[in-house]
Amino acid sequence: MLGRTANGLFWMFRYIERAENTARLIDAGLRMSLTRMHGHEEEWESVLRSSGVFSAYSASNAEVTGADAVNYLLRDKSNPSSILSAIEAARNNGRMVRTALTREAWEATNECYLDIKAQLARKVSGADMPEIINNIKQRTGLIRGAFHGTMLRNELYNFSRIGTFIERADNTSRILDVKYYVLLPAVSYVGSSLDNVQWESILRSVSAHRSYGWVYDDDYKPSNIADFLILNGRMPRSLAYCYDKINANLSYLEREYGERTSCHETAAATQGMLREREIQSIMDSGLHEFLQDFISQNSRVAAEIADVYRFYQD
Amino acid sequence: MPFDEMLTSDNLPRAPYKGYFNWHSEQKTSDLIKKSRDAENIFRKTGITFAVYGKEDSSERLIPFDIVPRIISGSEWRKLAQGIEQRVMALNAFLDDIYHKQEIIKAGRVPRALIEKNDAFLPEMIGMRPPGGVYTHIIGTDIVRTGEGEFYVLEDNARTPSGVSYMLENRETMMQMFPELFHLNKVRPVENYPKLLRQSLAAVAPPGCTGKPRIAVLTPGIFNSAFYEHAYLADQMGVELVEGSDLRVINGKVAMRTTRGYEAIDVLYRRVDDDYLDPLSFRPDSTLGVPGIMDVYRAGNITIANAPGTGIADDKAIYSYMPDIVEFYTGQKPILENVPTYRCSEPDTLQYVLEHLAELVVKEVHGSGGYGMLVGPAASKRECTEFAAKLKARPGNYIAQPTLSLSTVPILVKKGLAPRHVDLRPFVLVSNKVQIIPGGLTRVALKEGSLVVNSSQGGGTKDTWVLED
Repeated sequence: MLGRTANGLFWMFRYIERAENTARLIDAGLRMSLTRMHGHEEEWESVLRSSGVFSAYSASNAEVTGADAVNYLLRDKSNPSSILSAIEAARNNGRMVRTALTREAWEATNECYLDIKAQLARKVSGADMPEIINNIKQRTGLIRGAFHGTMLRNELYNFSRIGTFIERADNTSRILDVKYYVLLPAVSYVGSSLDNVQWESILRSVSAHRSYGWVYDDDYKPSNIADFLILNGRMPRSLAYCYDKINANLSYLEREYGERTSCHETAAATQGMLREREIQSIMDSGLHEFLQDFISQNSRVAAEIADVYRFYQD
Repeated sequence: MPFDEMLTSDNLPRAPYKGYFNWHSEQKTSDLIKKSRDAENIFRKTGITFAVYGKEDSSERLIPFDIVPRIISGSEWRKLAQGIEQRVMALNAFLDDIYHKQEIIKAGRVPRALIEKNDAFLPEMIGMRPPGGVYTHIIGTDIVRTGEGEFYVLEDNARTPSGVSYMLENRETMMQMFPELFHLNKVRPVENYPKLLRQSLAAVAPPGCTGKPRIAVLTPGIFNSAFYEHAYLADQMGVELVEGSDLRVINGKVAMRTTRGYEAIDVLYRRVDDDYLDPLSFRPDSTLGVPGIMDVYRAGNITIANAPGTGIADDKAIYSYMPDIVEFYTGQKPILENVPTYRCSEPDTLQYVLEHLAELVVKEVHGSGGYGMLVGPAASKRECTEFAAKLKARPGNYIAQPTLSLSTVPILVKKGLAPRHVDLRPFVLVSNKVQIIPGGLTRVALKEGSLVVNSSQGGGTKDTWVLED
């Protein structure tokens, strides 16, 4: 297969994942603003930061308001991570690699784009938000379903999956990093309602506020939340889960190509670290530093994969 | 009254349409209109769009599809196919001659200046004989009809003709929506086109290629108006769809960058224009092509389909010489007629054209897509005056033709059937043999009375049936 095709699949699935994650972040932000007990719309600043677009947003907006932030995250074309931009980028990549996709996977992508583009053609009113967020989740879910149900499990599949999990790991780690301070024992007032709201919003951003209760105690506990999102291999948005998947897909490629390279080593080392570390030691030695390290490690894995499998012209 | 292909002047169906007509008279128009919308949804969903350049909004558009098929009888088709085959053989012989001995010029049948001062003539091709001796491998001959058995060739598209994906998707859609029609009528299949194309390309692989030839389709990329077709054909043939950035010359071969390293290509079906093919030979600013591919080509290590420089054969300035060209190389009278063409470069002719503008169609020699042309009978006085000025300024840039009374085929409108003008582009494959796919792309002017069928100007398409009879 062409290096450019591998790259196109990788980014197509990164962008689909990104669109879905941005939808979740907006969802969490909306929820926070409903339960807010003071007037300041600070949750939107943290949503913008989690999405990695706060400084770009601030460059064109004087203040952070819910309406502006939602509009920026949802449909601003100058924001490359907005849902509209991400879905368009996913679809453009899909068009470029059209020959690598099944008809079902392509049509689900194309229909997602046509539908969301029409829905986001105008500013969205607050009343329409739930329906739109829901639709975005459903549409991206349909792409995933069509993809899983019809794609041959070959290298095309592996590159697509790797893109999904690199993006997801990046997203989860950024969400945690923006909020890391509320998980630190020194600054959190255990059991205060403010903390509960903050913690719940972290879990909501990764659609984990329900599953948390099944795995841990009813009560939110910072170290459990961190454990769930970083080390729990059963939690599909945790860093550990993402790295299990990245490694599984890289192993297929290793076997098929008969070659183990730097990207396999880096990814395996990351996976090994996530399997061995204990949450308490991570918290003790600094959650923020841990996440910063992880984010750059994750980018390194992506860059090495691009290099080894010739994604770009040299 | 233009010739209607479905109905006689007594409103009775002509022979090839009888089966369809009877079926149609039992359908409710409202049901058919609903089917028509279903078809549009199928096209939209599949992403069969074309890009309209220079339009910011809705930059991807659907070509309207009309669900009433255009039907050609077996005997009509046989005559057409013979004529097309003769013409295609002549085109290839002409190209070989023009880039070698130039006997047709020496014989005084085609003026030297017309060839050598033509932008479509590539000096880089002089003395070059492509693998298998084939220059134009894929041809879309534009045909119009004016009456019973009266066909004219309007254009020979010998460079990179497009539209074949619409032929295939139109058929696919019709078979999905109206399976019963294909039981009622014996329609010759077109679906094997991608397979034939692949075989045809493999058959002209370079002589040094042993084993299974590696084929790729070269596209300018997703923003090209025909990108959908490029991806579609690559997919259907099971070959890679490459862009210029995927290719480079390595060890005297053109190779594509795969995840495992560079792999050589033997046959490149390129959908990139000559100018952009090789920045070292042609436009130096091109990023769509492959630096050095012309050297590989001249060394005989890759087949480029269609060959560079084939544009000299379908140039509008050459068109008027086609009857001579056919006769010169085949030794026979042309089976298919040319539309009478006035060369505005000749002063007397220019005078005639200027005096008869209101009756003529005037085209730019290098134009395409229906842009920059004047349809005299449909133009206002002012448009004619303005066009006359352009014509006088650069007469060599124009040819003129009488306005043909193009045949009509009905389309479905709210009130039922209504006649609209059509043309036809059958597709031809040339390798060690000539294959003409029974059918083609019928383009239809959706506006009542309009003669412009181009999709960029509001034209639509129809499924085209050639009957087995």
